[in-house]
Amino acid sequence: MRKPDLRPAALALLVAACTLQAQAQERYGIGRAATPAEIAAWNIDVGGNDGANLPPGSGTVEHGKTVFAEQCASCHGDKGQGGTGDRLVGGQGTLASPKPVKTVGSYWPYAPTLFDYIRRAMPMNAPQSLSDADVYAVSAYVLHLNGLLPADATLDAKSLSAIKMPNREMFVGDPRPDVKMPACTKDC
Amino acid sequence: MTEAVDRSSKSRRRFLQGVVGGVAAGALAGDAIAQTSKGTENVPPNIPEWMKTPGDPAGSQPYGTPSEYEKNVVRHLPQNAPQYISAASRTPLQDLDGIITPNGLFYERHHGGIPNIDPAQHRLVLHGLVDTPLIFTMEDIRRFPSQSRIHFIECSGNPVYTKPYGKTASDLVGLVSCAEWTGVSLKLVLQEAGLQPEAKWVVAEGADAAAMTRSIPIEKCLDDAMLVYSQNGERLRPQQGYPLRILLPGFEGNMNVKWLRRLKVTAEPVYSREETSKYTDLMTDGVAREFTFYMEAKSIITRPSGGQRLGAPGFHEITGIAWSGHGKIKRVDVSVDGGKSWQEAQLQEPILTRALTRFRFPWHWDGKPVVIQSRATDETDYVQPTLAELISVRGENSFYHNNAIWPWRIASNGEITNAQA
Repeated sequence: MRKPDLRPAALALLVAACTLQAQAQERYGIGRAATPAEIAAWNIDVGGNDGANLPPGSGTVEHGKTVFAEQCASCHGDKGQGGTGDRLVGGQGTLASPKPVKTVGSYWPYAPTLFDYIRRAMPMNAPQSLSDADVYAVSAYVLHLNGLLPADATLDAKSLSAIKMPNREMFVGDPRPDVKMPACTKDC
Repeated sequence: MTEAVDRSSKSRRRFLQGVVGGVAAGALAGDAIAQTSKGTENVPPNIPEWMKTPGDPAGSQPYGTPSEYEKNVVRHLPQNAPQYISAASRTPLQDLDGIITPNGLFYERHHGGIPNIDPAQHRLVLHGLVDTPLIFTMEDIRRFPSQSRIHFIECSGNPVYTKPYGKTASDLVGLVSCAEWTGVSLKLVLQEAGLQPEAKWVVAEGADAAAMTRSIPIEKCLDDAMLVYSQNGERLRPQQGYPLRILLPGFEGNMNVKWLRRLKVTAEPVYSREETSKYTDLMTDGVAREFTFYMEAKSIITRPSGGQRLGAPGFHEITGIAWSGHGKIKRVDVSVDGGKSWQEAQLQEPILTRALTRFRFPWHWDGKPVVIQSRATDETDYVQPTLAELISVRGENSFYHNNAIWPWRIASNGEITNAQA
């Protein structure tokens, strides 16, 4: 990620901004260096848009069906139709309707986010308890239920990163303030 | 307290004659007040019972709690949630004065329950695009130069755009609270590790069972963001992220990651579930807005407000709170004629940036049905819109960032209800 060839230019900018420079020099000597092992063990973020930091391993749709039945179905329904947990399946084509159904298949812009979220937060009663292989598998199954993977698929870092979610292009930045009204005080 | 509740409609004539009646109800009878009213044995000319014997000794409550007569002033928990591990409870705005929310009444929103964290075992890891990745203990964090600032935090969905709308101020917009926060400028902590030139975002992660993760633009991190360990003078409550949270003044509540355990400096956002499938605002054409950080200017009349009752015509102070994620509140207007005309309310000092501001408006109610409402303008001259105006632009499905004007209807019998419901 680092581009050493850009650093001299950036450094020059920093030097030019003397206030920044002065602040940058102020160190308190607080904390200690984190070891690579400490960082690696906690650094579970997966880049949603590019799959960066996805772990090795893989899982099949078929195995995912078993994991889902054991770990997920009680809240999300046996086919991902929802329950006390979010609906995960369907809803494609509803987002511009009066009753949008936001699911993994209809709404989520990025597939690797699914792995990231399941690994860090699911199942709700025992987060971070699934193996990476099981997370790949159950991710594969949820994508399969949404018609985004065939029944015989195997999912790994490369194939998960390659999936283009149907709703990916439908996100835009924040245009607010989007509602501008004058402050009427009389005869409003 | 008894003076405040001595004005029922039955006793009004006596009250006006200067004879303070003992019949209890209230000029402004919230549930809490009504239920605490009892007999007349302690009102003049009688000597109150609590003057005839000594009270509890000092120290009888090592950690003080409110009077037993205030036991109904509690956070409101909606009764329809599918589960309560990922859920919210609301500040009883209509029962509070001033701008500071008591710590026990600060709204709460959790996604994986409230972790019970031993601060001695809590660590903050700072890594990514930094020169020296660092790990901090809580003692380390408190060694940094400290600062205290007053800011609100507001949940992004407060309220949603669709019915049913809340009956009380708390039901409606109780997912906002305000406190004095103490901690360290995030900028200082980032500088301690040394930011690399490619640093554009900081991904914050909580140590809860949701491992809550949000991406924060570096500009905010180098501006007024703080790592916070105290709230209103005492250590953070577990519900507010004990022992450490990030505070991003004016940004939607979810980004103010609680139980903070990790900061990862990156070139791009991480596109976590909470910033893609949630906390994105769906428009009617199917386009969704992402990274909608700021909470726009807003206000609500908290008294008189839904669920309360005006006991009699006559003088009533209208008061409420206003706030803006974009800075200070510049002005609040109040309408007492259904929005046909507006008059400027008084703003109570202090008027602080990205903090609740209390407004007051003296008013005489003539006893006729009326709709009252407030409208905030912030220092950017942004004016709080009506719900109809918001919906005309965003539709009803955007869920988040509803900062609409909210009118209350007062009936001729004094009952107050949500005029939009």
